[in-house]
Amino acid sequence: MFLADVVGTVVSPVQHPVLEGQRLLLLRPIDPEGRARGIVRVAVDKSGAGEGDRVLAVDEGNAARQLLGAPDGPVKTVVVGVVDYVALGNELVFDARSGAPVD
Amino acid sequence: MYLARVIGRVVATRRYPGLESVALQWLQPLDERGRDSGAPLVACAPLATISTGPGDLVHFVDGREGALACPETFVPVDAAILGFVEQAVVRGKRIAEDA
Repeated sequence: MFLADVVGTVVSPVQHPVLEGQRLLLLRPIDPEGRARGIVRVAVDKSGAGEGDRVLAVDEGNAARQLLGAPDGPVKTVVVGVVDYVALGNELVFDARSGAPVD
Repeated sequence: MYLARVIGRVVATRRYPGLESVALQWLQPLDERGRDSGAPLVACAPLATISTGPGDLVHFVDGREGALACPETFVPVDAAILGFVEQAVVRGKRIAEDA
């Protein structure tokens, strides 16, 4: 699993049936300090996340298929949680509870 | 799963059994600003309902899931287009159009 910032949305009117009705988000993966790291992903939203949220996501087929209830679905990346806060050592490096993210 | 722009197509008449009906396209993965991100790759375009050409935006999946998107799922494929992207919006702005 990885942490990412939701940076946008993707609208795809014509797509594989397993994705019909699913909301697609654009994720920018981050490192523990909150810096952009890795390749931007398109993910299925299963957590009611939106642009600006820091989220927890999986990038693994079996987990994604389980979440979508589609045993043969060609899916991999799914948002599974919205992050409240992140601690690195004893220090809070991100805290959505207090308002502005610590970046 | 990733965002990409279609940059071309690949034709291979002789190919592995099971892949006969699957189109092949060149994809350039994109970042959230619509800029090129990483190396181009060839992906299957298994859905007949998705007709894409150069310049179009798509989203695709890589790994084993690429084969799962094909009509025949036990095929040697590691990337497949899952959908045509009408728009990708970042901070209220549409990105990557005709870039």
